[in-house]
Amino acid sequence: MSGFLTALAIMAALAILLGAILGFASVRFRVEADPLVDKIDAILPQTQCGQCSFPGCRPYAEAIAGGEADINQCPPGGEDGIRKLAELLGVDFKPFDEGAIEVKPKSVALIDETTCIGCTLCIQACPVDAIVGAAKQMHTIIASECTGCELCLPPCPVDCIQMVPVGTTVANWKWSYPVIPIKVVKA
Amino acid sequence: MSTLSRFHGGIHPPEFKTLSNGTPIATPPLPAQLVVPLSQHLGNPAKACVSIGERVLAGQRIGEADGRISAAVHAPTSGLIRAIGPHAVAHPSGLLQDCIVIDSDGLDHWSAPSPLPNWQEAGNDEIRTFLRDMGVVGQGGAVFPTSLKLGVTTLEQLIVNGAECEPFISCDDRLMRERAAEIVDGIRIAAHLMRPRAVLIGIEDNKPEAIAAMRAACAGSGFEVLAIPTLYPSGGAKQLIRLLTGKKVPHGVRATDMGVQCFNVGTLYSLKRAIVDGEPVVSRILTLTGNLARPGNIEARIGTPFAHLLNWAGMQADNEGVIMGGPMMGFDLPGLNAGVSKASNCLIAKSRALFPPRPQAMPCIRCGECAKVCPAELQPMDLYWFAKAKDMGRAQEADLFDCIECGACSYVCPSQLPLVDFYKFAKDEIWAAEREKKAADRARMRHDFRQLRLERDKAEKAQRLAARATPAPERSAAPDPDKAAAIRAAMARAAEKKAEGGSTPAKTPLSDDAKRAAIEAAMARAAANKAARESAVSHAAAPGDEAKRAAIEAAMARAAARKAAQSAEADAKGSSDSAAGVSPAPAPKPVMDADKRAAIEAAMARAAAKKAAQSAAADAKGSSDSAAGASSAPAPKPVMDAEKRAAIEAAMARAAAKKAERDAAQKGDH
Repeated sequence: MSGFLTALAIMAALAILLGAILGFASVRFRVEADPLVDKIDAILPQTQCGQCSFPGCRPYAEAIAGGEADINQCPPGGEDGIRKLAELLGVDFKPFDEGAIEVKPKSVALIDETTCIGCTLCIQACPVDAIVGAAKQMHTIIASECTGCELCLPPCPVDCIQMVPVGTTVANWKWSYPVIPIKVVKA
Repeated sequence: MSTLSRFHGGIHPPEFKTLSNGTPIATPPLPAQLVVPLSQHLGNPAKACVSIGERVLAGQRIGEADGRISAAVHAPTSGLIRAIGPHAVAHPSGLLQDCIVIDSDGLDHWSAPSPLPNWQEAGNDEIRTFLRDMGVVGQGGAVFPTSLKLGVTTLEQLIVNGAECEPFISCDDRLMRERAAEIVDGIRIAAHLMRPRAVLIGIEDNKPEAIAAMRAACAGSGFEVLAIPTLYPSGGAKQLIRLLTGKKVPHGVRATDMGVQCFNVGTLYSLKRAIVDGEPVVSRILTLTGNLARPGNIEARIGTPFAHLLNWAGMQADNEGVIMGGPMMGFDLPGLNAGVSKASNCLIAKSRALFPPRPQAMPCIRCGECAKVCPAELQPMDLYWFAKAKDMGRAQEADLFDCIECGACSYVCPSQLPLVDFYKFAKDEIWAAEREKKAADRARMRHDFRQLRLERDKAEKAQRLAARATPAPERSAAPDPDKAAAIRAAMARAAEKKAEGGSTPAKTPLSDDAKRAAIEAAMARAAANKAARESAVSHAAAPGDEAKRAAIEAAMARAAARKAAQSAEADAKGSSDSAAGVSPAPAPKPVMDADKRAAIEAAMARAAAKKAAQSAAADAKGSSDSAAGASSAPAPKPVMDAEKRAAIEAAMARAAAKKAERDAAQKGDH
């Protein structure tokens, strides 16, 4: 009987001690910011295009973390992006809604410099400051910084901006997935 | 004599070296057109520094190094620049890259050589810049700019790579046999720059003639020529370092950090040609072998189209494609239009006999043969599984990037799996993901900065507006000097009046100057009235004194009236001036009214004063003539103009009043 009581006392003392340590740690080492938002934001493609209906990638990440938005609202991220988000959040993969948003190949904007009137509207629209120019001066796009968000297209009063798909060059060419050719064997 | 170590794994495929290593280095005829790629090295492509239609000489620089990791490009022969733009290059993708196309004039005129004769005295930086401008790059395969590799100034061992382990290739073999002395001169220059404690030259023992030639050339130099066992891939940099020095270069560590640097014999040869002979890299030794009528080694000008060389060597009818590089690590050329680059060491024409089709691939049976032969000591079957499953993270954890793509695993695979293709696929995917991540990070940074900038601008604007709003009461009253002057004048007047009358309310707003003037005029009038009344009531008691006081008061009232009229006028002027600039609509109206009213009141005051004076004078005529004359005579004189104007204004006011009265009367009649 006394052995039983001793064991009980030891276990109770241990429980109190460990509980105290855990309680102290939860206060002392509390994480202030939400690391989940950063993790989600790291997966998002940072086009800042607003196609998810949120004003930029981080607001969308915050909305996902807060459970206000679905994970399938980012067309530039593609299905690969949805898969990564699903994996991170421990939810099921969810395809894009039927005909909701189309996934386009990566493109960059190109200004037709002969048509540009130098109104600066596109410069104000660009979320990553990838357009250079000044009032009544020709504008041009820094192709390497363009995210292809298309936000500069609607404000242009002379429709001189078009999206040009980024082609494959020797620099960004990728070795394709090896396929083992299947031969038809006649019976 | 150093002892040799062994590296892990390795294979010994059939050599096929005798196909091409029996004949001396030949020189094929110049082609009609040469295609010189601008990107023949690791790093930034060279920038073209010639224009279309320009005539160039052999050895003339046509592309300048762009940035630190880059190298110059030179015209391989004399001729005319035909085009600068995208052209087929030696790349497995078959994609186009910027090239300079030169129409050869067949004369092969050379520009004057520009050697660096005093290289022994020249500084390290000077020699490196010189080599960069001479286009010297590593010719072992990686085409890394040699100028960067020479930056290390203390070294334990300098390794010279003459292993040439891949089957079929024999260009380094022939180079060492025929031009050993020049290679050794190149080693001397490199050794001068890097000051190694030992120079080790590693040559596979299947090239006895090359070993003999190099030993003869190195006699007395202290450089050690070592025959290494023939085992593929002993020519890999890490494997050769292991063989010759016993050092294993770990993951993520550069060989230079361990005091070892490795150079290909071809690189050292071109280094010597550049510094001693002043000849930029416009040609290289190239093996033409395989299914050809006349296989052998040639000194090919950079830019010579592959088709030209292969036709010269005798392409066979049963040719089944061409491999650039060796059979283990090379790739099938998508076309033969591309020109020779500094990386082109071998062209193998394929035939069914030499390269039988690879049997059907079967599933991996995890036999472990690949792990046994892997020179990088990896687990190739694991890498294969991860790559096949596109599990890039785990592939990277399994040290995918330590794979040198030597192809030993594919060679021994009993299931005939194209293992290296999977590794190349995985590496390219990881690199692409890395590029995308970098681009996303940059976009995030730029977006964050933009948000910050917009907010900062907003805050600054708000601050500016706030700064403008706070001192507004002071400044809005006097936005321009005219008005300020008017206000100052008004304040001075107020002070004067206060001293004079003692009854001016100090608190009266300054902008109501005209009003105040009117009030003062009214007070003056009241005083005058009172004086008149008093004089009327008590003129009998003290007529002389009374008349005198009345006259004085009348004079004062006049003065006050005049002043009021003047101030009203000044005020009207000032405020109408300022009103034009600041508040055009409301300001003039009240001023005009005030002016008018002041004038009317002044006139009335004057009239009252006159009346008082007259009555006083009439009452006290006999007794105080002198007093009346003294008091009434001098007073009007100095105020003549003002009085006149006041009189006119009073008349006008009277007329207006009369008119109003008449109007009212008419209205009343109706």
